[in-house]
Amino acid sequence: MEYFDTLIVILQSTVRVSVPLILAALAGLYSERAGIFDIGLEGKMLAAAFAGGAAAAVTGSALIGLCAAILVSVCLGLVHGFASITQRGNQIVSGVAINFIALGATVILGQAWFRQGGRTPQLSGDARFTTVELPFAAEIADIPVLGPIYSDLLSGHFLLTYLAFMLIPFTWWVLYRTRFGLRLRAVGENPGAVDTAGISVTWMRYRAVICCGILCGIAGAYLSMAMTAGFVKGMTAGKGFIALAALIFAKWKPVNVMFACLLFGFLDAMSIRMQGNELPIIGVVPVQFMQALPYLLTVILLAGFIGKAIPPRAGGVPYVKER
Amino acid sequence: MNDIAIELKGIDKKFGLVHANKNINMRVRKGTIHGIIGENGAGKSTLMSILYGFYQAGAGDIFVDGRKTVIKDPNAAIAAGIGMVHQHFMLVENFTVLENIMLGAEESQVLNAGITKARDELRRLEQEYELEVDPDAVIEELPVGLQQRVEILKALYRGAEILILDEPTGVLTPAEADHLFRILEQLKSQGKTILLITHKLREIMAVTDEVSVMRRGEMVATRTTAETSVEELAELMVGRHVLLQVDKGPATPGDVLLSVENLSVRDGRGVAMVKNVSFDVRAGEIVGIAGVAGNGQSELLQAISGIRRAVSGKVLLQGEPIHVTGTADPSELRHRGLAHVPEDRQHMGLVLKFDESENSILGYHDDPKYLNGMFLNIDAIRKDATDKIEKYDIRPPNPRLKTANFSGGNQQKIVLAREMERDPAVLVIGQPTRGVDVGAIEFIHKRIIEMRDAGKAVLLVSVELDEIRSLSDRVLVMFDGRIVGERAPDAGEGELGLLMAGVEDSKEAAQ
Ligand SMILES: Nc1ncnc2c1ncn2[C@@H]1O[C@H](COP(=O)(O)OP(=O)(O)OP(=O)(O)O)[C@@H](O)[C@H]1O
Ligand SMILES: [Mg+2]
Repeated sequence: MEYFDTLIVILQSTVRVSVPLILAALAGLYSERAGIFDIGLEGKMLAAAFAGGAAAAVTGSALIGLCAAILVSVCLGLVHGFASITQRGNQIVSGVAINFIALGATVILGQAWFRQGGRTPQLSGDARFTTVELPFAAEIADIPVLGPIYSDLLSGHFLLTYLAFMLIPFTWWVLYRTRFGLRLRAVGENPGAVDTAGISVTWMRYRAVICCGILCGIAGAYLSMAMTAGFVKGMTAGKGFIALAALIFAKWKPVNVMFACLLFGFLDAMSIRMQGNELPIIGVVPVQFMQALPYLLTVILLAGFIGKAIPPRAGGVPYVKER
Repeated sequence: MNDIAIELKGIDKKFGLVHANKNINMRVRKGTIHGIIGENGAGKSTLMSILYGFYQAGAGDIFVDGRKTVIKDPNAAIAAGIGMVHQHFMLVENFTVLENIMLGAEESQVLNAGITKARDELRRLEQEYELEVDPDAVIEELPVGLQQRVEILKALYRGAEILILDEPTGVLTPAEADHLFRILEQLKSQGKTILLITHKLREIMAVTDEVSVMRRGEMVATRTTAETSVEELAELMVGRHVLLQVDKGPATPGDVLLSVENLSVRDGRGVAMVKNVSFDVRAGEIVGIAGVAGNGQSELLQAISGIRRAVSGKVLLQGEPIHVTGTADPSELRHRGLAHVPEDRQHMGLVLKFDESENSILGYHDDPKYLNGMFLNIDAIRKDATDKIEKYDIRPPNPRLKTANFSGGNQQKIVLAREMERDPAVLVIGQPTRGVDVGAIEFIHKRIIEMRDAGKAVLLVSVELDEIRSLSDRVLVMFDGRIVGERAPDAGEGELGLLMAGVEDSKEAAQ
């Protein structure tokens, strides 16, 4: 029974840390499926976390914070879009630039506005997202096994958490069952086919980076306004890159994205849990090893050991008709 | 009733410095099949892409059914009833046939509603035009002939009244091409207008009503097909008299330079493609391998040139064995006197992003004459490239131009120049004139015969039966991975055709 409780606790934190990964990986999915590689997930998320934290602190409203986060992230997405779609620039360079801008600008602006060493003020009350209890959570809690699963694992999360998990089937539906999704996938595979079918490649790709911006914005808001109460400098701590790894690990498929993010989230939760604890036989596992595991797994996948990850064929290549 | 479906007035188009279309005027009558011919790079695809709204003309007007129509993008062209099958297919390879056909014509935001309708419409089109194709098949798993059907269906699905086909037969077997032409006739009988680009003058004579000729970006003539001849068209295209029949003296075969014994090869999926094939090629002769595409010719070539490992068998090059089942690699073979012009020049023969001079030494870059110690001797390389450009009449004559910017025929000449100028003992050539215009074909054929007369052994693989018959001294027919017969080049077309289709006569079967 003690093991079971431990497991529930670990799974609970798995869900908590997976949410920003899921949101960011889905963001990347919309962009990369349309052929725009986005290494700037990290930067967009960080900027959004800052914007959300700052706006919520000033206005006292979590909703306004969320809107600010999305707005800033979409703007950065449009910068990436302008560089890589309109100007046909190198998508990696543009993404890296966005990461650096976000890293620097959040600290500078944070210090200039709030003078707390790059932090935003602590959020409380309406300025922060609150958790929701599912119906009957308290009543069911005492039933063995099922009780804890329902009350502790499924209930008591932020609204954004439920949103993130609902976005998985929604994204699947959009991608495979709607006109937008069909065109989005097509433009990432062969923009020439999309163009000659009478659809604007540019407009399709801009719409994709906007979707990406919105989701990164939500992910950032989750970090600074739900998971913690305020922005701390560099708080994304590589989550954007892990999300990117998860996206590749998931072979750019929405349902796989959820599993990949949960797996990477689980590894993260384990690494926190295991700090200093000895495992039978193996002994103490260095935290660094656990933190490196997502990347290691992705590299193993890319090396072709776990099936084959084929990126969208036109990914990373600007659409140029006339040389 | 206006009987002009399309009229182009003063169309002009520049790509950077390249003037692809110069003040083009053209009329296409409704309900006819109108051919467009011209050398590689003459601007045919560009002109048609402008009509389809894919490129924007620098100047000029387009009239559809007598009305001036601004075609600013493919959407406008589709709305005006124009459909186009591009030279390089515009399909999403990992989508199904149905998804490709629906793309851009989905009818509603959510796909489901449109899907049933699309299926019904597709079934109707399939029946009406004998264009069977499984709507749920994935494009990349279909042979090119079927992929082209999907392109045609795409245009018909959008209700095209005017259909543009850019070199549709380049990728088709003769039987598939015949089927295509039957469909075109049927479309024509329904009053649709067809624009057909092709390099094969025989096809022009067989199916078109009128034909327009382009040369170096200009429209030089329009003729009624019934009142012209292949000779006249060829001359109009190239601007000089062209020999359509290759002149060649009798062969004087010498020693066996290339000997293939019991060679077996599998393709990437492990399917046996070449089965126990044996033959010799002697100095001073051209041996042609005829066959419908996909009967093992490609794998045979690849094994002989060291690109693909053979399963079993022996190959002797100038009497010395090549380790084809193991370590043979193309660079070793090149040093031992075997030159190879691959079938697919864009993927295997050239690096399209390199400039012309770099491609003209590709694979021979370690030759001391191109080197300056450990560095490349750029001057020597450019000088060498310039010589080849002159000798092979490669246009434009600029060794620093990116290879992707040369037309297909000129790209082929770059590969041929590179391989032939090494003076190899054995020359292995796949599809030397695929997608190449008549002027360049004449030139390439002449060079191949010169190689033979200089005492080289030439192994030629081509799906063009005419080419095999006019160049070869001996014809081997390949079917289903086996050599099913050897004939003299003057054997009847029907006889060779039957062999290619796998109908063996009793004499061969007994062997
Ligand atoms: N997208 C492009 N950008 C730049 N130059 C181009 C482009 N497309 C074609 N060209 C150039 O324009 C000229 C005309 O090309 P086009 O493709 O129209 O010739 P074509 O008659 O169709 O030749 P082919 O028989 O080889 O298909 C060529 O010199 C080509 O290099
Ligand atoms: Mg062309």
